Amino acid sequence: MAKVPVSPESLLDRFGPHPAYTPPGGWQDESRNPAERLVKTHCCFCGQQCGIQLKVRGNQVIGFEPWEEFPFNHGMLCPKGVKRYMQGGHPDRLLDPLLRTASGFRTATWDESLDFTARRLRETQAKYGKDSVAIYGGASLISEKSYLLGKFARVALGTRHIDYNGRLCMVSAGTAYKLAFGVDRSPLPWADILKAQVVLVAGANVAECAPITTDYLWRCRDAGGKLIIVDPRMTPICRNADMYLPVRPGTDLALYMGLLHVILRDNLERRDFIAQRTTGFEQVAESVRDWDPRTVAEKTGVPPESIERAAHLFAKADRAIALHARGVEHQSKGVENCLALINLCLATGNIGREGAGCAMITGQGNGQGGREHGQKCDQLPGQRSIKDPEARAHTAKVWGISPEEIPQAGYSAVEIMEAIHRGEIKALLSCCFNPLVSLPDAKFTQEALEKLEFFGVVDFFMSETAHHADVVLAGSLQEEEEGIGCTNEGRVIHIQKAVDPPGNAKGDSWIYCELARRLEKGQYFPYTSTREIYDELREASRGGHADYYGITYEKIDKNMGIFWPCPTLDHPGTPRLFEDGRSFHPDGKHHFVVTEWRESGDPVSAEFPIYLTTGRVVSQYLSGTQTRRIGGLLDLYPNPLLEIHPRLAEQYQLKDGDWVTVTSRRNEVTLQAMVVKTIRPDTVFIPYHWAGKRSANRLTHRTLDPRSKIPEFKVSACQLRKADGPPDWALSLSGKAPQPGKGRA
Amino acid sequence: MHGYEFYVDPSRCIGCQSCVEACAECETHRGKSMINFDFIDRRGTTATAAYVCWHCDEPTCAMVCPADAIKKGDDGIVQSSLKPRCIGCSNCVLACPFGIPKIFPEYEQMMKCDMCYDRTSIGKKPMCATVCPSQALSYVRPEEVTKRREKPTNVFQFGKQKIITRVYMMVPAETEAVSLDVLDYMWEESYVVFAQPQ
Repeated sequence: MAKVPVSPESLLDRFGPHPAYTPPGGWQDESRNPAERLVKTHCCFCGQQCGIQLKVRGNQVIGFEPWEEFPFNHGMLCPKGVKRYMQGGHPDRLLDPLLRTASGFRTATWDESLDFTARRLRETQAKYGKDSVAIYGGASLISEKSYLLGKFARVALGTRHIDYNGRLCMVSAGTAYKLAFGVDRSPLPWADILKAQVVLVAGANVAECAPITTDYLWRCRDAGGKLIIVDPRMTPICRNADMYLPVRPGTDLALYMGLLHVILRDNLERRDFIAQRTTGFEQVAESVRDWDPRTVAEKTGVPPESIERAAHLFAKADRAIALHARGVEHQSKGVENCLALINLCLATGNIGREGAGCAMITGQGNGQGGREHGQKCDQLPGQRSIKDPEARAHTAKVWGISPEEIPQAGYSAVEIMEAIHRGEIKALLSCCFNPLVSLPDAKFTQEALEKLEFFGVVDFFMSETAHHADVVLAGSLQEEEEGIGCTNEGRVIHIQKAVDPPGNAKGDSWIYCELARRLEKGQYFPYTSTREIYDELREASRGGHADYYGITYEKIDKNMGIFWPCPTLDHPGTPRLFEDGRSFHPDGKHHFVVTEWRESGDPVSAEFPIYLTTGRVVSQYLSGTQTRRIGGLLDLYPNPLLEIHPRLAEQYQLKDGDWVTVTSRRNEVTLQAMVVKTIRPDTVFIPYHWAGKRSANRLTHRTLDPRSKIPEFKVSACQLRKADGPPDWALSLSGKAPQPGKGRA
Repeated sequence: MHGYEFYVDPSRCIGCQSCVEACAECETHRGKSMINFDFIDRRGTTATAAYVCWHCDEPTCAMVCPADAIKKGDDGIVQSSLKPRCIGCSNCVLACPFGIPKIFPEYEQMMKCDMCYDRTSIGKKPMCATVCPSQALSYVRPEEVTKRREKPTNVFQFGKQKIITRVYMMVPAETEAVSLDVLDYMWEESYVVFAQPQ
């Protein structure tokens, strides 16, 4: 039974999140002592994975020092990077495995908790079949752990169902790039942004979600580059934009089809490039014929003149880049949105050369690397398709099993939760994933978790999801195991081990290997270090698109990262893809793909007349499991606020700081209004990092993009009602309502 | 650091407050941030400004200090108050035209940005300018900023008080000095007389 054993409040009392304001040892005490070592490694928050040096004394990370030589960020960090070091010695850190009891959780030995976990997984599979057990992985894990999880699911458990929280992040872009180019990676290094004459930023709150990329955009501007920003909210980078297009939520596709319409109407496309390097142009040209600026303006709310001007700016540049992120990807037509941007780049000959192309801004720490080596439900290591017989044969050989033993593709992350809800999946092992906060429709997620017959969690803090667990295995932070990550540029980087896991916590990789041994598959998991896992990963990826064979830890250190593909030990890596004019498709062509308009899965109506869109703030990371515990970060934005335009606020007689109840077709939340002119008046915004009654995902819906299976976080319909006063959650925080004001991004 | 200058550019600030968080990590004022950070008018704009002490040639804070506790070094850096002398009177807080100094009652002392003396004296950049992701705070060689759209100035006019600072403000290319007072734009020479009561 996976119901929360005692009241959530008592679990929150014991396990937090408690905000910590001081480093281990306090500001004035032990932490003043000098560091013994500086460890050159990377930030764990966000897909840019900035270089950073961790100050270490004894077995404790006590601070940080900028790493100015690292070429991506030159020492720059956002506030999350500055405070990331505060996790290791945090009082909420799980130091022992925990087993659930009638009155909460008790600490247990590793033998007891691992034996219990393995036994329950075995019993469930014996009773309901192999596929009754699912694995959730995380894209914040180093690639060795992601690889190991994929192998653990398929070899140790033999289940089809493994997927990861990158399903909430990068899959729309990944699917689109595979369709267009045959490979899932940003085709250009970030240095290319400096060379572009025009950069179109589509649905990307760069300042808050990829802050270091701001430096690239500003340097591009200094060199004369023009910035076009598309977003329903005027995000901080809009202040310096040459054009701002305030697109209506969920209508991005119409805008990009409209831009292509204007480009083709005015004969601005690059005919030679299209003829030599691409396929499918005629069909795409036909598909945008009806999307004239007037039609697009009616759909998107962007003025026709802006559409004309943006199209001309983009097409007339010799070098243009389209950068995109979750704004366009978190939609039930997320793949189409990315494809439409790719079509724009292909039509204007912008790919495969310096300063030109399209790029996705990867969201999660190791969001790129974490999706390449086998924790996606349909992929094997090296970005190979699990359906491809050759890929299965190659992987099976590396794993020492027969290809038939590798299960077929399973469900994606949201589909797994739905299968749990309908009773098809009975047991779940979740690693570094907090679905109760991060999946859409939180009430549904909670109901599903309560139906699990066994629920195991591997994590370093007690997440809200872990409250439902039968067993919580105390795992490791990023800096507690050596490994690799891959950044949003496609640069493979080396994550150094700075310290051992504290107390009785263990490295995640040890935990999976021990579980495999108890499932009598230990012979396939003989590793004594993550380096051995990486060497197997290199072999498993060999010959695949994401070929890591030629990348060693030492080579990464020497070169400050190596871009994949890197097929041989003497290969320098591939910072920019397609420079030879060929895509990764067998025909070597870049594929135009037709995009078709569809309405959102949760349309606005007379009853729910307002668009709701969700996203991040700069001081918090994903479900907040880590960053809600760091006082300095929490104080910058302590509670979710409802961003609302003064004009809409006036209709509901709302003033700044008033409490307002937001209701969608699923559920409601009550939070404070933040009245700002920087959002469309038909749209409200809520950041999603909080749990329980503050969770924006109580309101969102489970409509998925049919190809990428990403949820439509960016478009829901809602209604507003002025609340009488603060809700329970606010009153219980400190006895009085939190005050917005200071520290609101 | 020889040959490096500090440039503040609010037009590039993205409001992330990385500088605020990083400043608090300093060895000399652990847990306390010396960065001044403002949301300008969040209702109307995302504009934000982060700034450090401007390190005036003739520091007003030092001039008004009754205890002679505020010193400017040969390097042009205006230091926090000398603890044995500081009487916590807040004259400096009230007088600084930029609003920089802060009194920390728990230390009974005025503390402010000293441009990371501990770092710049050993060849490192100040912490805030190292981590800032958006060039709102930068510590670079002057030739670096000539590549920018804006140009630097270090002349500020507060009424009749002209202040030249060590730290530069990036301003639109046609601006010579930053003036924040309508008086500086008035024609009347003897405006002070008009303001006198009869």
